[in-house]
Formats: sequence, structure tokens, C-alpha cells
Amino acid sequence: MDASNYLYVSALLFTIGAVGVVVRRNAIVVFMCIELMLNAANLSFVTFSRINGDLNGQVMAFFTMVVAACEVVVGLAIIVTIYRSRRSASVDDASLLKR
Amino acid sequence: MSTSNSLVYLIALPLAGAALLLLGRRRTDKWGHLLATALSASSFGVGLYQLSLMLGRSDEARPISQKLFEWIHVGNFNVDAGLLLDQLSICFVLLITGVGTLIHIYSISYMSHDHDRRRFFAYLNLFIAAMLLLVLGNSYLNLYVGWEGVGLASYLLIGFWNQKPAYATASKKAFVMNRVGDMGLSFAIMIAFATMGTVSFSGVAEQAHHTSEAALTGMGIMLLVAAAGKSAQFPLQAWLGDAMAGPTPVSALIHAATMVTAGVYLITRSNFVFDAAPTAQLLVVIVGAITLMFGALIGTAKDDIKKALAASTMSQIGYMILAAGLGPVGYAFAIMHLLTHGFFKAGMFLGAGSVMHGMNDEVNMRKYGALRKFMPITFATFGLGYLAILGVPPFAGFYSKDMIIETAFNAGGVKGIILGSVTLLGAGITAFYMTRVMILTFTGTKRWDDEAHPHESPWLMWLPMAILAIGSVASGFLLSRGDALVNWLHPLFAHHGEHEELLKPIVVSGLALTMVAIGVAIAFAKYSRQEVAHVAPENVSVFTKIARQDLMQDRFNEAVFMRPGQALTATLVATDEAVIDGAVRGVGTIALGSGSALRGLQNGFVRSYAALILIGAVALVAAIWVVVQ
Repeated sequence: MDASNYLYVSALLFTIGAVGVVVRRNAIVVFMCIELMLNAANLSFVTFSRINGDLNGQVMAFFTMVVAACEVVVGLAIIVTIYRSRRSASVDDASLLKR
Repeated sequence: MSTSNSLVYLIALPLAGAALLLLGRRRTDKWGHLLATALSASSFGVGLYQLSLMLGRSDEARPISQKLFEWIHVGNFNVDAGLLLDQLSICFVLLITGVGTLIHIYSISYMSHDHDRRRFFAYLNLFIAAMLLLVLGNSYLNLYVGWEGVGLASYLLIGFWNQKPAYATASKKAFVMNRVGDMGLSFAIMIAFATMGTVSFSGVAEQAHHTSEAALTGMGIMLLVAAAGKSAQFPLQAWLGDAMAGPTPVSALIHAATMVTAGVYLITRSNFVFDAAPTAQLLVVIVGAITLMFGALIGTAKDDIKKALAASTMSQIGYMILAAGLGPVGYAFAIMHLLTHGFFKAGMFLGAGSVMHGMNDEVNMRKYGALRKFMPITFATFGLGYLAILGVPPFAGFYSKDMIIETAFNAGGVKGIILGSVTLLGAGITAFYMTRVMILTFTGTKRWDDEAHPHESPWLMWLPMAILAIGSVASGFLLSRGDALVNWLHPLFAHHGEHEELLKPIVVSGLALTMVAIGVAIAFAKYSRQEVAHVAPENVSVFTKIARQDLMQDRFNEAVFMRPGQALTATLVATDEAVIDGAVRGVGTIALGSGSALRGLQNGFVRSYAALILIGAVALVAAIWVVVQ
């Protein structure tokens, strides 16, 4: 099977994630879309690893997973805290930077 | 050249006096004036001692020097602070300290009612020290220090009564006009260093033979500018009349006898430059001739006794500059006239001060009259000075001025005839305006108000006047007996061949005396035969009006320099604000405007930021893709 098909899938996943981040208001959904984009990147990494026949891309994918795990820990904590204080998980409500 | 360690005391004594009086402040009020006078007198004593030593040596061994300290040693530019006392400087040293001491004595009484008398004496001592440094410096750079010092002292003393705004303005005017001359001196020093690599008198004298005439002409012209500024010569003459705002002893010392003659000293000292630069020398003569007539004409129209005398000073210094511009034949006569002028003009200024002292500081001669009876001593001393400046034999001016007229005639060709005629005519006009001063002040009917109680001045004031009057009588005869001064200065100047005489000396004297007689006769006819108006008449010829306004010198300066100068500064200020400030402010405005335009993007919504990041990333990738393709 042609390796470039994986890259198409990766690009599709990344686009879905990016659109989701921009159009969805719910912080949890935004969060999941970010995960989707990260995993799209991971898929590209391992595909290129396969094409090039070395392990660099796979190592990179592990790094991405670690970063994603950390991000989930911190991000979920923030979302939960915001929900507790504001009774809302909408990212548009949390616009204090403007004021 | 032999050295001496005592030259520095000439300067150090009055300088210490100035420092003590200025730093001691009110504590020295009681005895400050006595200390200053004593220090000036002791400086005179040192000068006399040096003269006696100098007389005992042969011509070649007479100049002595003293190195004070290493001043500037940078690369191949080496200047030491050093003093040089030779036949020329000793004349000045004795004139400065001698006349200076007499004027100190005079001022003790003249300034006794002024609560700032101590400060006055401090400035006088400062002036003496600076003037001595000027004439004793062994290089142009040392001279420059003294040159600036006397300018400072002159400024401080003209504005001594600076509570009157007009006087403060006069001192500023003198200072600013002097700066123009100072600029000339600094350019001359730069030219000397650039072309000859040295600024010492001996170095420049040595190098002058190997230097291009163009460089020497440039240096000579710059030296002339310097001399014109300090000596109130055309075209930088306008400050001297206003300088009379200073107390009268200052006018006598600084603006008659010593400081204003510094220009003559500078030109005489730089004889090696001018001898090798005929163009510059010719300019010196022209400046001298113009100023001679300029001052004389102003003098005929002034009703202020001090301003009339100031105009006369300008004119007499014109004679000296003219003589100095005539080259080796003239230097000695320039110095001789300088010395005799120092006596009679200082004496007359002190006389004017004495008259003012008795007349409640009135300076308008139209409010004097018949003072001979009330001030016999002042009349006698002033009269002797008057006879001296007229050039009546055997008074001092006869010897010095006739020699200048004679030398001018002997300059040869058309130049000689023109210069001789100018000097002769100047002598006639001098006789007219000085006689006018005498008549208006001392003879005729009394024209003063009832508040004035004219009286003779105390002995502290008339004693210096009497001594200066003796100088006015005898100095010319003593200096010219057996060509004493000419032979004394002879080793310093280039030797010159015999000139053919256009006119015999006796003929010149006859002509000069005829001119003087005509001038005196006109003055008598105009002011003695008819009643003198109490206020200056208005229905006078246009020439008189112009002369009353100093031949339009201030208007000329205002129209040619001040107004364009103001326009230039106004333009520069406008340019500064529009272009330079505009550019600076423009940068700020652009940053501010683009900032507020971009602020709209910061709307606080996370999704909008995310969209922007996405657009940016996509644009970046697209750009890279385009470039790679």
C-alpha cells in the first residue's frame, strides 16, 4: 500500500482538528480537537519514519505523546477550575484578557 | 636666552590679589582695596627691577625667559607655559603696572561710596594679571589665555553696575564683539600650527621664511581680525562706545591705556608674519586709516564726555595700527604712540571721572561749562593731556604722532600721499573735537543745574592725574631723545633700508601744526564765540545726525549681521521643529496608529486567536511551498 495514503489521512485528521478548534465553543471539544491534531502529526511522523526507514520519526511520536499527556493533565485541570467558578465550559465566556 | 625665576611674580602678585579678594568675600572689605593697590604697585616694582637688569645687559642678551610648566605635549605638538620678557614686553609691563597702579590709587577714592568696592579691585587685579600674561606669554597660545582673561575682566568691569540693564547689555555687546576677534586669533593659531607646526613666537619667526606667502597672509588677516576685535578697530569697533558704561577708572585703564592696545601689541609682536605678507600688511594700514577717521568723526558729534574720549581712543589706536602696518619703519612709532597715548588718554579719562565726581555723575558736556574755576587741578591735568593729544610741541603727542604722519608720508607713492593726508586730516579733526571737549567742559558759562555742586576731587584722585599729566608732558621727549625707544626696540624687528623722504620732518610738523591750528580755530568759532545749547540742537545737518549715531555702526551691524542672524536662527528652529522633530514624532505617530489599528485583533476570544494562528501557519507553509517550487 502506498505510504502517501497515510499522509492524506493525517492531513484530513489535522484539518478536522483545526476546524474543530476554531468553530467549537465547548472547551472539552476544543481540547479533543487539539488531541486530534497532535495525533495527525504523530501519524505523519511514523509514516515518514517508515518511508525513510529509520527510527527518528517514531521517537518523535513518543515525544509528542508525552507532551500531549502533560497537556491533558494541565488543560483538564484548568477547564475543571474554570467550570467550577463560572458554571460554563465555553471558551468564548472566558475572555477576561480583553478587559 | 638666559632665564629668570622672578618673571612669574609679575603675574602672580596681582593674580593672588584677585583670588584673595574674591574668595575672602566681605571679610576683606576693609583692607581689600589697599592690598590690591599694594600688589599692583609691587608688580610695578618687579617690572622696574627687571628694567634695571635689562639695561645692564647688551642688546642680544636682553630678552629673558622663564618656563613655568609643561602644558601640552601631544604628538609633535609641544607647548610649554612660558614667559618671555624682552624689550617690547617690558614697555607694556611698565605701562600696565604703572598706569594700573595709579588707577588703583585713584579708584580708592573714586569708588569709596560703592559698597562693592572690594569686588571692583578684585577685577582690576584680575585684569592686570591677565594683561601681563598677554604681553609676557612666549607663544600665541599663552598670549591667547591672557587675551581671553582681559576680555573677561573687561566684561566684568563694563557690567560692574549691572543693576542697570543698559550697562549689562553694554558688557554683553563688548563680550560678543570680542568673541569675533577671538575667533580670528584662534584661526591664526591653527594656521600657524598647521603650516609651521609651532605656535611659539620664536618658532613662528624662524619658520616664517620657509612658509608660503598664502599661509602667512591668511594668518596675518586672522591676526588683524583679532586685533580689530580687541582694539575696537573697523569693522569691529562698535563696542567701545558702549563700554563706557563701566566705572571711569575702568575706561581709563582698560578702554584707553592698556587692553585696547593689545591689538597693536599683537601686530607688532607678529612683525615676522606681516613683514612676509604684504597683502595682510596693506589691510592693516587700511583698517588703521579707516578707524582713524571713523573715530575722529564720531568724536566731533558726541556730547557724552566719556564717549567723545572713547571715539578719540578708537581714532588714536587707528594711528597705532596704521603705523604698525607700515612695517619695520613703523613698529617703534606705533609703540611710542601707544605709550604716550597711555599717559595722556588715561589722564584725560581720570580727569573726566573727576569732573563726573564733582557733577553728580553727569556725563553730558552740554551741562558742564566754566568748571575751570571749580576744578583747577583737573583743568590743569586735563589741559596738559589735551595739549599732548593735539601734538603741540613739546608735549608727548607731538613726538609720537608727528613720527607716524611722517612715516605715513614716506611709505612711498600714492599710498604714502593718501596715508599721509589721512593722518594729517585726522590730526586736524582730533584738534577740533578735543578743543570742543575742553571748551564745553571747562570754559564758557555755567550750564549745570542747581543740584550740582562742582568741587575739586580729593588728593587721592588728583595725584594720579598729576603724575599722568607729567607723563603726558615728558614721555614723548624722553622716549624720542636720541631715538631712545627706536634703538631700544631695534633688535626685535627686521632691519630696513633707508627710505627717501617725501617731506622733511620740519615740513610735516609744520603741516600737522597748521591742521591742528585750523581744528582749534573752528572749534573756538563754533563753541566759544556763540552760546552752547543746553540740549543738543535737532536742526543739524544729516552728517551730524549720522555722526551722533556713531556713523550708523549699530544700524549696520543690526541690518547686516543681527537681522539675518535672527532670520537664520528662526529658519533653523523652524527646520528643527518641522524636519527633525517631525521625523521623530512621525515615527511615534506611525507606531501609535498601527498599534490602535492592530488592537482590534486582540478581541479576547480564544477561538479568534486560534484562527489567526492557523491562518498564519497556513500562510507560512504556503509561502515556503511557493518559494521551494
